[in-house]
Amino acid sequence: MTIDTPRPLVECRALAKHFGEGETRVDALRAVDLELWPGEVVGLLGPSGSGKTTLLNLIGCIVEPSAGTLCLDGETVWEGKWLRPDLRRLRLEKIGFIFQFHNLLPFLDVSENVALVLDMAGVARADTFARAHELLDYLEVGHRKTAKPSSLSGGEAQRVAIARALANRPRIILADEPTAALDGERAGIVMNLLRKVAVEHSATVVVVTHDEKIWNRFDRIFHLRDGRIASIGTL
Amino acid sequence: MNLALRDIRHHLGRFLMTAVGLGLLLGVVLSMIGIYRGLVADALGLVRAPGAEIWVVETGTRGPFAEGSRIPGDTRESIARLAGVTETGSMTFQSLEATHRDRKLRLQVVGYEPGRLGGPPAIAEGRGLARSRFEIVADVKTGLVVGERIGLGGDVFTVAGTTRDAVSSGGDPVVWMALRDSQVLQFRLSPAPARREAARGPVVSGAPDTINAVVARVAADASIEAVVEAAKRWKHLAAMTEDEQEAILTRSVVEKARQQIGLFTTVLLTVSTVIIALIIYTMTMDKIREIATLKLIGAPDGRIVGLIVQQALALGLIGFSVGASLIASVKDFFPRRVVMLPEDAASLGLVVIVVCLVASGLGVRLALRVDPATALGG
Ligand SMILES: Nc1ncnc2c1ncn2[C@@H]1O[C@H](COP(=O)(O)OP(=O)(O)OP(=O)(O)O)[C@@H](O)[C@H]1O
Ligand SMILES: [Mg+2]
Repeated sequence: MTIDTPRPLVECRALAKHFGEGETRVDALRAVDLELWPGEVVGLLGPSGSGKTTLLNLIGCIVEPSAGTLCLDGETVWEGKWLRPDLRRLRLEKIGFIFQFHNLLPFLDVSENVALVLDMAGVARADTFARAHELLDYLEVGHRKTAKPSSLSGGEAQRVAIARALANRPRIILADEPTAALDGERAGIVMNLLRKVAVEHSATVVVVTHDEKIWNRFDRIFHLRDGRIASIGTL
Repeated sequence: MNLALRDIRHHLGRFLMTAVGLGLLLGVVLSMIGIYRGLVADALGLVRAPGAEIWVVETGTRGPFAEGSRIPGDTRESIARLAGVTETGSMTFQSLEATHRDRKLRLQVVGYEPGRLGGPPAIAEGRGLARSRFEIVADVKTGLVVGERIGLGGDVFTVAGTTRDAVSSGGDPVVWMALRDSQVLQFRLSPAPARREAARGPVVSGAPDTINAVVARVAADASIEAVVEAAKRWKHLAAMTEDEQEAILTRSVVEKARQQIGLFTTVLLTVSTVIIALIIYTMTMDKIREIATLKLIGAPDGRIVGLIVQQALALGLIGFSVGASLIASVKDFFPRRVVMLPEDAASLGLVVIVVCLVASGLGVRLALRVDPATALGG
C-alpha cells in the first residue's frame, strides 16, 4: 500500500498579472505565492480593486498570467506560457467557476444551464438532468427548473450558477461572491454544500467575499491588498 | 443538447421574421429562374405543338419563327411524296391584334389543315376544329370560352375548343384555325403593296395559296437527315430538323432573355449572400457574451461553431422554404408562365446551403476570436 504524499491542488509561485503597458499599466497582482490543499475551503478578502477577481481568473486559466508559475493538481499549467493547449477541457474537467455576474446562458432554462456542462463532459443525457435536478433541489431552486434565467431573482440565479459550477464534480472550485445576493440561511446552505464538496471530493474551494456572515466558514483567510497577499489568517 | 435550436426558440419571433425576409429575397431569385424557364417553355411550346420532325421553309430563311417564310401551298404535296415521309401538314403563323369585349387582344394565329399535322397538341375544353371554316381553337389565356364568337379580320369565328399553355415566344396566346381561314386573314391584314404583289400569283377565292412552313414526320425506320437533304434539293426550299428549329428559336429569341435573367439572378444571389452573411454576423455579435460564457465553462470550439453554422443553415432553409412556397402559390398569377422545375428548386436549395456555410464563416471567425474573459464584466 502506497501513501500519496499530499500535494497542493493549486500552487502559485510569484504569480503576477498586470494590465496595459507604460503609463496605463495596472499591476493587478504582484508576486502572489499560494498553496491550496485538497479538502480546504479558503476565503479571499480585500478591498475593491485589490486583485481578488484577477487571482481567481488566473487560477481558473481564464486570464493569462504575466509572470510566475501556476500549477493545478500537480501539473504546471503556466510558466512563461500556457503549457496545455486545451485550457477549456481543463476548465471543464477540473475547475468549477462561480462567476461574480452568474453568467447563465439566457437561451437555456435553469436545468439546461446546469445539464450543459455535464453534457459537454460526455455524461449520458438522462444522468445529466438527474444530476442537475439533484443539485438544484439541494440548493432550493428546484421549483424553477424550467424557468429562463431572465426571470430568476438575483439569489436564485446565483444558486443556479453554483449548481452549474459543481455539476461536473470539479476539484478546484472558484467562487466570486457566491453569497452576495443570498440571505443568511441560504448563504449557509451554499457554504455547507461547498464544504461538503471539499470534503467528499477532496476539492479545494476558494471563495472571494465581502460577506461577514460567512467569514467563520473558512479554514484559512487570505487578505489581499494592492495585488499582494497581506496576511493569512485562520479561525 | 442542441444550443442552436434553443437559442432560436429563445428569439423565435425575431428569427422567423428574419427568415421570412430572407425567404422573400430567395422567392425573387426563384421566380427569376421560373420566369426564364417559362420563357423557354413558351417559346418552344409553339415549335413543339405540331409534333413535327422536319420543318420545310422558304430558302435562305430560318423561318417561320425567327424570320418570315413564304412558300407555295402545294409544297406539302411534294414533301409528302418524299420517301420515308408519313405525315405532313401546311402551316401559317401570324400575329395580329383583335378587339374582343372592348379589350385589345394580341393573338398568335396558327393555320393548319384539320386532319393533318399542325393542330393543337391537346384540347382542354370543347373539341378540335371540325368544320372547315370560321371555327377556332383558342388558348384559355385569350379569355375566350367555348361557344363564344370573335371577329378577326372581318370574319366572325366561333370558339370550338380551348387549350392551355399555348403561347408564342412573345407571350401572345395561340389561336388555331383552318389553313384557308388563316390565308385569307394573312392576305387581308398584309400591307397593301404586298397584297398587290401576292395577288399576281395563284389566287384562290381572293387570297393567294401561300403558307409559311410545311411540317413533316417520317417513318420510324427512315432517316430524318435523308428527308431533309431531299427537301433541300428544291431550290426554293430550306429544311431543318426539329432540333435545329428549336436551337434557332432558343438562340435568336431566348438567348438575350437568358443572359439578362441569368445576370440578374447572379446579382440577386450575390446580394443574398451578403445579406445572409450580415445577418449571421449580427446574430453572432448579439451572442458574444454567451459565446464567451460557453468558453468559460469549457465548451469546445466545435460546440460554438455548431451553434452558428446550424443557425445559419436553419435560417437559409426556412427562408428557402418560405420563398419556394410563396412562389409556388403565386406563380399562376404572373402574366406570363412561371415554370418551377424541381431541379431548379433543388439547385437553388443547394446554393443557399453553400451560401449559408460561406456566410457563417465570418460569424465563426468572430466567435472563435472572442476572449472568454469578455463574459466576466457586469
Ligand atoms: N481587463 C482589465 N484591464 C485593465 N485593468 C484591469 C482589468 N481587470 C482588472 N483590472 C484592474 O486590476 C485591479 C484588480 O481588479 P480586480 O477585478 O481583480 O479587483 P477585485 O478585488 O475583484 O475588486 P472587486 O471587489 O471590486 O470585485 C483593478 O485596479 C482593476 O481596475
Ligand atoms: Mg471582483
